[in-house]
Amino acid sequence: MFDFLEGYDLLGAFWVTVQLTVYSALGSLIWGTLLAGMKVSPVPLMRGFATAYVNVIRNIPLTVIIVFSSLGLNQTLTISLGADVIEDINFRLAVLALVAYTAAFVCEALRSGINTVPIGQAEAARALGLSFTQVLRLIILPQAFRAVVNPLSNVLIALTKNTTVASAIGVIEASYLMKDMIEAEAQLILIALVFAFGFVVLTLPTGLILGWVSKKVAVKR
Amino acid sequence: MSSVLYDAQGPRAKQRNILYTVLFVLGAAAVVWWVYDGLAEKHQLDWIKWEPFFTSSQPWETYIWPGFQNMIKAAFFALIIALPLGALFGIGRLSDHRWVRMPAGFVVELFRAVPVLILMITANAVYAEYTTIDTDMRPLYAVVTGLVLYNFSVLAEIVRAGIETLPKGQAEAAKALGMRKSQIMLSVLLPQAVTAMLPAIVSQLVVIVKDTALGGAMMTFPELLASVRPMSANYGANTIACFTIVALIYIVVNFALTTFASRLERWLRRNKKSKGTAAGGAPETIGTPSLVVDDGRAV
Amino acid sequence: MILRLRAPDRLITHIASTLGKTTMQLRKVTAASAAVLALAITATACGSNKDDGGSGDGKKITIGIKIDQPGIGLKTPDGKYTGFDVDVATYVAKELGYDAKDIVFKETKSADRETAIERGDVKFIAASYSINDERLQKVDFAGPYLLAHQDILVRADDKSIKSPADLNNKKLCSVAGSTSAKNVKDKLAPKAQLQTYGGYSECLTGLENKAIDALTTDDSILAGFASQQNFQGKFKLAGFKMTNENYGIGLKKGDADLKKKIDDALTKMVSDGSWDKAVKDNFGPANYKNEVAPKIGNIVK
Repeated sequence: MFDFLEGYDLLGAFWVTVQLTVYSALGSLIWGTLLAGMKVSPVPLMRGFATAYVNVIRNIPLTVIIVFSSLGLNQTLTISLGADVIEDINFRLAVLALVAYTAAFVCEALRSGINTVPIGQAEAARALGLSFTQVLRLIILPQAFRAVVNPLSNVLIALTKNTTVASAIGVIEASYLMKDMIEAEAQLILIALVFAFGFVVLTLPTGLILGWVSKKVAVKR
Repeated sequence: MSSVLYDAQGPRAKQRNILYTVLFVLGAAAVVWWVYDGLAEKHQLDWIKWEPFFTSSQPWETYIWPGFQNMIKAAFFALIIALPLGALFGIGRLSDHRWVRMPAGFVVELFRAVPVLILMITANAVYAEYTTIDTDMRPLYAVVTGLVLYNFSVLAEIVRAGIETLPKGQAEAAKALGMRKSQIMLSVLLPQAVTAMLPAIVSQLVVIVKDTALGGAMMTFPELLASVRPMSANYGANTIACFTIVALIYIVVNFALTTFASRLERWLRRNKKSKGTAAGGAPETIGTPSLVVDDGRAV
Repeated sequence: MILRLRAPDRLITHIASTLGKTTMQLRKVTAASAAVLALAITATACGSNKDDGGSGDGKKITIGIKIDQPGIGLKTPDGKYTGFDVDVATYVAKELGYDAKDIVFKETKSADRETAIERGDVKFIAASYSINDERLQKVDFAGPYLLAHQDILVRADDKSIKSPADLNNKKLCSVAGSTSAKNVKDKLAPKAQLQTYGGYSECLTGLENKAIDALTTDDSILAGFASQQNFQGKFKLAGFKMTNENYGIGLKKGDADLKKKIDDALTKMVSDGSWDKAVKDNFGPANYKNEVAPKIGNIVK
């Protein structure tokens, strides 16, 4: 029944999807946290930058961002991110674009998390003489992160699915392979089910595990 | 943003701020200059590549406007088909009957887990194989189908969340009046949930608009992003210019929608407050906890 | 709308009035959205404005072309269409008895060409459509009217690519879903690096900026791009002739009458010099050495 899979590197394609997801998740977590920090910082220009960044990025289709990273950064500004084979270059460009895009949503989620922290926490911290970065790093962000595990897990699931857009610049991940297979093979519905199942396998545990974590770490108030 | 997170600034802090600002400006300027220089060196900023958009209405009329219309068309149909479906499944998940709750939950979770691109590609192939839809219309059908299948599942969750956050008293009071379950849902709970969730629904529209671009990039749906193809073929492959213009249009449209959504949210909240029903007891927080967290469900 | 504790009698009236209001609001919303929906559907219905391409005896004729390939079929900013395929299609239509103004050009994407013919969405297709056995099972072809070859386009000053084998370790660009790049990699230069994009223009941007070394597809399409005003003198065709592409006019399987008429029209186009003129107009500036007009029915393998 599944002999149409022969000759296709299904696991390899999904492995690329997983790699795209993991690298982009780490990158966007870091960049998103920085952005959230800027958004609440005392420096007006940084606040403005973070706000503008989030507003611009989340209103552009990811497809446009990914195509731009390839066409603009690589083909025009000739950045290759330290790789010299097209395959690697495109993979890294896709990660870069996914990080740039996803970070905007991480930033928004974190900011909503910061909003849930009681004022007294920050006031007490300041009364102890902590500086802004200390307040943020030691008091606010740890509580904010614990409050937004759920939204962040949604961001992660969205990111997993968003990696399919990397096929627009020729990264051979799951959806790229699927398109190839649909053109060449007849078992249309089966192929679709196989790929749908693949993504369910990738995203469902993420949701369940992080949902459990979210309950575990929630700040009881 | 209030200054709950930092003290009022003294002279030293102010100086430090100025230093940070200057460094930030310098860094940003360096990046901007580097991009500008790189683009100019590759002749991407040559007037000849940008001139068509500014000296003539033709590229707008011939390529961008039809693409824009298709984008709106797809987003519109996707939303109005997905909304009732989403309401149906959202209610279904809250049903008292296991045999309704379980399948509804299964369907919603399944379509939430599958990338919308996969759904679009599948729909397109299925329509090509098993139906006789006009080859002109098929990409639109496929894109709308993909968008509906994905967004109805998201909307179902929005509606469910909306109903679940309503005060219990609403359903109880309606029950006390002797209303049937369907009556309670349709005339008491759903209208309020939809109103409360309007901002989330508008935000979802942004996601839908962005996702139509997938149809253009990967599926030959002649929407805004796809209009770059014939356009750049005409103007000597001025792809950077074309993509920039198109990106700006997306930003303007979606920014308008996002702004509308947040206005709506603020307005709804104020309306609620003015009726004096703000929840008491919860500690005052750093900001107003958001009703809707945009988690980038795009795609 | 949210309830607070009230005296029971007032509570009941309050509930009743609230419910009344919400249902009213809901009704209004429903009515409004229904109106919008109706409007949209009418708009789409008007917009689609279907011409019956299949019947042929009507006044209009629908012809499938490409709209994003300069020199072949291109939608120009004034909304008109130009290119060699367009010229051929116009000539053929004229011979079939249709004025230029009665022609409705319609974009037929590569993957959709057979379906569009089978369904009768278009009367015939002239869209860099090469004749092959697989396609002959589904549609018939008149012609061929042009013999093209798979070739590569390189920068005019690039002297490092003299044969297909030189493409090893070079960066080669092609559009997604096309077989040309795969053909090079499988048979001619296994170490070539492939970049795929949605359209040729993206490849050209890369080629222009030296991020890509070569762009591959049919030489006719490449010539069309290279003859564009912005690109004249910048790019050149390598002239590799890696495959033979016999462009034919696709039409419904079994329509022998139409096939004969189109074949006659093509023969006439060659004999009265219109064919040469069309080649010159569309590919001239690229220094494209076209093959002589192919004989009808003579498919070069």
